[in-house]
Amino acid sequence: MVSILGIDPLLVGDVLWTPLLIVLLKVLVIFVVGLLATMLNVWFLRKVIAGMQNRVGPNKTGPFGLLQTLADGIKLFFKEDLIPERADNFVFRLAPYLTFVPAFLAFAIVPLGGDFTGGNDGTVTWFGEVTRVQLADPPVGVLFAVAISSIAVYGIMLAGWASGSKYPLLGSVRASAQMVSYEAALGMSLATVVLVAGTLSTSGIVANQTTIGTWHLVTTGIIPFVIFLIASTAEMNLPPFDLVEAEQELVGGYNTEYSSIRFGLFFLGEFMNPITMSLLLSTLFFGGPNPIAFGDTVINIPLIPGALEGTVWVMLKMFAFLYLFVWFRATFPRLRYDQLMDLGWKVLIPASLGWFMLLAAQRVGDVAGWDPVITTVVAAIVLLVSYSLLQLALRTSRLEREREGAMF
Amino acid sequence: MELFVFICAAVMVLLGALGVILRSHPVHAALSLVLTLFGVAVLFVAQDAHFLAAVQVIVYAGAIVVLFLFVIMLLGVDKAEDIKTEPLTAQRPLALVLGVGVFAVLATAIITSTDSVVRRGDGLSPTEVADPDANIRQIARSIFGDYVFAFEVVSILLLVAVVGTVLLTRRQRRVEVVSK
Repeated sequence: MVSILGIDPLLVGDVLWTPLLIVLLKVLVIFVVGLLATMLNVWFLRKVIAGMQNRVGPNKTGPFGLLQTLADGIKLFFKEDLIPERADNFVFRLAPYLTFVPAFLAFAIVPLGGDFTGGNDGTVTWFGEVTRVQLADPPVGVLFAVAISSIAVYGIMLAGWASGSKYPLLGSVRASAQMVSYEAALGMSLATVVLVAGTLSTSGIVANQTTIGTWHLVTTGIIPFVIFLIASTAEMNLPPFDLVEAEQELVGGYNTEYSSIRFGLFFLGEFMNPITMSLLLSTLFFGGPNPIAFGDTVINIPLIPGALEGTVWVMLKMFAFLYLFVWFRATFPRLRYDQLMDLGWKVLIPASLGWFMLLAAQRVGDVAGWDPVITTVVAAIVLLVSYSLLQLALRTSRLEREREGAMF
Repeated sequence: MELFVFICAAVMVLLGALGVILRSHPVHAALSLVLTLFGVAVLFVAQDAHFLAAVQVIVYAGAIVVLFLFVIMLLGVDKAEDIKTEPLTAQRPLALVLGVGVFAVLATAIITSTDSVVRRGDGLSPTEVADPDANIRQIARSIFGDYVFAFEVVSILLLVAVVGTVLLTRRQRRVEVVSK
């Protein structure tokens, strides 16, 4: 039982009222910040995409249209809540929560601040108690995020099925196939980070990347980051991977039959996910709350006290990724279904697996004292041979299909 | 505290297991299975086996039951099954006998052995429990050290199964083409 409570340094030893209150406060803050961030994310998305398309975007409700999402939310609350006659009552009601709750749970393990520089371990002292600026630091760390994202499949899948109509079902079948396939690439590129960091805990991963040279973006060699970025975009069903709700083909996808606040919960979950994923990306590859530092020269943000600086850096990195996701949305046309599956199974999974093997070979070589150059060359040759075998297999199967007269 | 966690998780597991058997709707039964798997994951966490808990959720709840549901939806068998008529008449008595047999074996094993089933000294030492990564190290040493041969054999078995499935579906299609 020791390590269940070890998710927070506060809870080890005798539990008093102050730690309990701090944890409750953290839960409340995470919840409120999550909701507010989602609200602002929707506004941010609409404003940025409007800018990219030479439009004005929301500008009537509140200053700069900031309250537009709030107005939309209030409207959703007061709309009539319909349940289709052919729907499966229980599952239909359950599905929105299965989308909404995982989105929030993943938020809990990301370090949102703290000082990891100069040998500090990122803990802060509040009211005389030592704690972390994150809700939980479970021993399985990043695996928790993977587990949560695999649970999120259920929300979409069951929503489509329980609606009892064709288009939502098609949307949800597409979604579950897509999410399950891209999860493999996502997990593999995450495994390279774990391999390099030598720990699963998110705070340990952050503490490992104090300067730009030790960012996992650099130490894992960029490829896992690119794969993680693509796979996470697909995992969240964001454009160009939004086949789940392709309007031209599926009306509105899995949530066609939903209305009122049940639709609102899907909407919240969907716009919460990019925030969580941006935070996760900055934690895994860009040092999270660590300031940008080249060797010994650290760029400090002026006028902000040290304890808050980590939080500011997390926010800056998060915004960079949120912008990137919006940019994707505005730039790329939607993939066709076979292109989506080809990219996932024939490019991303073999690439992430190969890169993982390369890094693993280097680690083993380090421990066993092999010459690093020879290790890398041998590993590269092995990977090249397996790549050619894969290409050969793909070509053979394509020729076979063409010989059978299939239309591909 | 540990007893409380155990009771909650055990109730989850049992409710889920009963749901799998008693719900006549395949999708509801699959969802009950998810409940059971979550209960088992909670039990793993209570035993300090965090990695196993995470893998339980990722692999079983996240991939396998999703595939079950996928097949149920694609095959269109997502309607309440009429279980009054039985296509295989010998199935039910046989299932009863086997079920009672397995239960009896498990019960005797649990009653007669206090701790001889579990080999002593393989678990984590109290100093290691505090280290969050000790679990993974221990599992890695078992799988890729002590039992590496068995592990590789199992992986080959899985590979053969996959290749076999692909081969079966391919051959069927070729016959269709020829008959056209």
